This record gives sequence, structure tokens and C-alpha cells, in this order.
Amino acid sequence: MSVPMTLLGLLEREPSHGYDLKRDYDTFFSRGKPLPFGQVYATLGRLARDGKIVVGEVEPGVGPERKRYVITERGATEVESWLTEPVEAEPNLQTVLFTKVVLALMLGRPAEEYLDVQRATHLRRMQELTEIKRSGNLVDTMLADHGLFHLEADLHWIDTTVARLDALRTMVAQR
Amino acid sequence: MTAIEARDVALSFGETPALRGATVSVASGEIVAVMGPSGSGKSTLLHCLAGILVPDSGEIHFEGRRIDTLSETERSALRRDRFGFVFQFGQLVPELTAEENVALPLLLSGVKRGAALAQARPWFDRLGLTGLGRRRSGELSGGQAQRVALARGLVARPGVLFADEPTGALDSLTGEQVMELLVTSAREQGTTVVLVTHDARVAAYADRQVIVRDGKVNALVHS
Repeated sequence: MSVPMTLLGLLEREPSHGYDLKRDYDTFFSRGKPLPFGQVYATLGRLARDGKIVVGEVEPGVGPERKRYVITERGATEVESWLTEPVEAEPNLQTVLFTKVVLALMLGRPAEEYLDVQRATHLRRMQELTEIKRSGNLVDTMLADHGLFHLEADLHWIDTTVARLDALRTMVAQR
Repeated sequence: MTAIEARDVALSFGETPALRGATVSVASGEIVAVMGPSGSGKSTLLHCLAGILVPDSGEIHFEGRRIDTLSETERSALRRDRFGFVFQFGQLVPELTAEENVALPLLLSGVKRGAALAQARPWFDRLGLTGLGRRRSGELSGGQAQRVALARGLVARPGVLFADEPTGALDSLTGEQVMELLVTSAREQGTTVVLVTHDARVAAYADRQVIVRDGKVNALVHS
């Protein structure tokens, strides 16, 4: 999660104080890891330095809480670019598992057993995420969904790999 | 306490072996997902556990009593009185209203119509089907029909609910709602559930998952 881009996006919605930004960030994006105030203000400082936000009206009183931050045209353009650019599809996500499987076959070790253990681990995590969905709010549910669909895709890969193990074993043995 | 178990069960269809020594035990009140690839034997295992099919060898026990040696009539009575079923396509009786469908297991067990319908009706509010009791299956969406089927499976407070791909014909979100209701209702009643599914997201609702592969049951071993 890109903290600077998220804070910038929140500021495009409306000018805000650091406190409000932290609250909104923690509500929607932090998922159990609240953003430290120090990081909020350090990030805002960098965004201001880079001309992506400016400090708007300073309200009476002292301390950073009194500053209201406003996004600039440059900042808004950056948010727009970030939102429209697709996230990297991470085609190498399975590299570690793939390497383990091939190495296991090369070493004559039980690759299928390793995959079974991996499957059990995935399913256990899916149980945990399902429990979060059952007891959480809509934001928790949507984030858990994202995790569940990714884990499900991994499981499809594991199942297909189990079905291909004999062929892969033959190929590895020929090298 | 064990609710239902298969001990070294084997069954072939002609020359084709479907189960080759399947062993699984489900505790009372437990929800167990039986997973596995197509043709692995998972539905055959469910049918053996439920007394629909009789294994060639091995034993099936329900609440400590061996049931695979019972006569067809006795197994039929057992299925009617102690087991509930939910299948992939609700398989509601199209000529009956939704509430008559839910009441069906009670009617078949000899409960009088008025009493059976009175027991069936609260399920409609419980499963978000308020006002749909008089509809026939053709007038229900897939998700609604499956919730009616779920109510029918649970209305007689069965010892075991057998669910074979209960969300297989539903979209992701509707399937999730059905699973949520299935798990919540089963837990409230203390009903044991044997859930056959190829869908890991559905299996994740269960307390435990087992995998049927080549006609045998593998318990999942966590790292």
C-alpha cells in the first residue's frame, strides 16, 4: 500500500487536517496497523516539498493539527495517473513454490507431500479470512475477498501442478 | 463423539473403482468439507455415508450403529428421519409451494400438514425469504430456491446434513450467502454437516477439510 499516494488521494476528496487523514487511512486502509502520526506528518511534509500539496489556511492555535492540507494540480495529476495505471500482474508470484517443486523432483524428494502441506496452509488461511468476513464489516469483507481469490488461484495452480508432477518428473530426469 | 464415519470403504461401478478404502470420521456438530478433483470419488463417498449407496466392502457407522448392513427400507427410513440433504440444483418439487417443499421431510415422517407447515414457516424469515412461502420453485431465483432447499434439509433437525456442491449452481456472492446461512443454521441446531465441494472458498466455511484422491481420503496436514 502506497501511503503517500493514499494520503494524496484522500486530499483530492477534500482538504483535510493530518488527524482526519490518519483517521480515514486507519478506517479504510490500515487493517490493524494504524498509521503513526509521525509518518502522516513526514509524508505530508514530503508531498508539500514536492509541490503535490500545499498548506492551506492555518487555524488559530498551535501544533500541526491546525494545518489544513490542500492538493495541488500536480498532486491531482499524479493521483489520476496512479489510479488509471494497472497494478503489475505479478507473473512471478509462484516462483518460490515452483522452485521448490522442481528442486524437490530433482532431489528425489516428495514434491506432492510438500504441495499437500502448502494446500493445507492455504486452506487454513482461507478459513481465517472467511471468519473475518463472517464477523467483520464490509471493508474487512472486501479485503478478505481479495485474499481469498488470490489463495484460490494459488490452489488451482497447486492442484494442476499435482496433476502434472509425473510429466514434470520425467522432464527433470531427462536434464 | 463421532456422528458418522466410513471405515475402509470400497465401491466400484462395474470395472471402475470409485472408492478404494476410504476412511473418514466426522464428529458430532462438526462441519467437514470433502474436497477433491472431478471423478475422485467425493460424491460417491457422500452417498455411501448417507446410506444411498451400499459399499462393496468396509463399514458405515452413524451414531455408533452400523448402517451399511441395514435393509433398503431401514436405510430409507434413516435417510428420511435422521438425515437432511441439499444438492447442487435445489431439486424442489415444482408442484409444491416453497413452504410445502420445506415441510416435506416432516410430512413424509408423518407430521400432520398444519403442524408441518407451522414448523416450516419460521425458516422463511430466518433465511431471508419473507413473503415467498407461497411461491412455486419456478417463481424463485436460484439463490432463493437453494435457501428453500437448505431449509428443507434442516427443518426436521437432522443428525447429519449432507450437502453436495450446494453452491455449485450459484454465482459467487449468492453462494456465499447460502453458505453463511448453512453454517449459521447448522451450528445453531448442532447439526453435523458433510459438505462435498470442489470450491476452496466454500470449503473454507467448514471446521475441517479432507481431500478424496483416487478413491481414498487424505486428511490435510498443516505445516
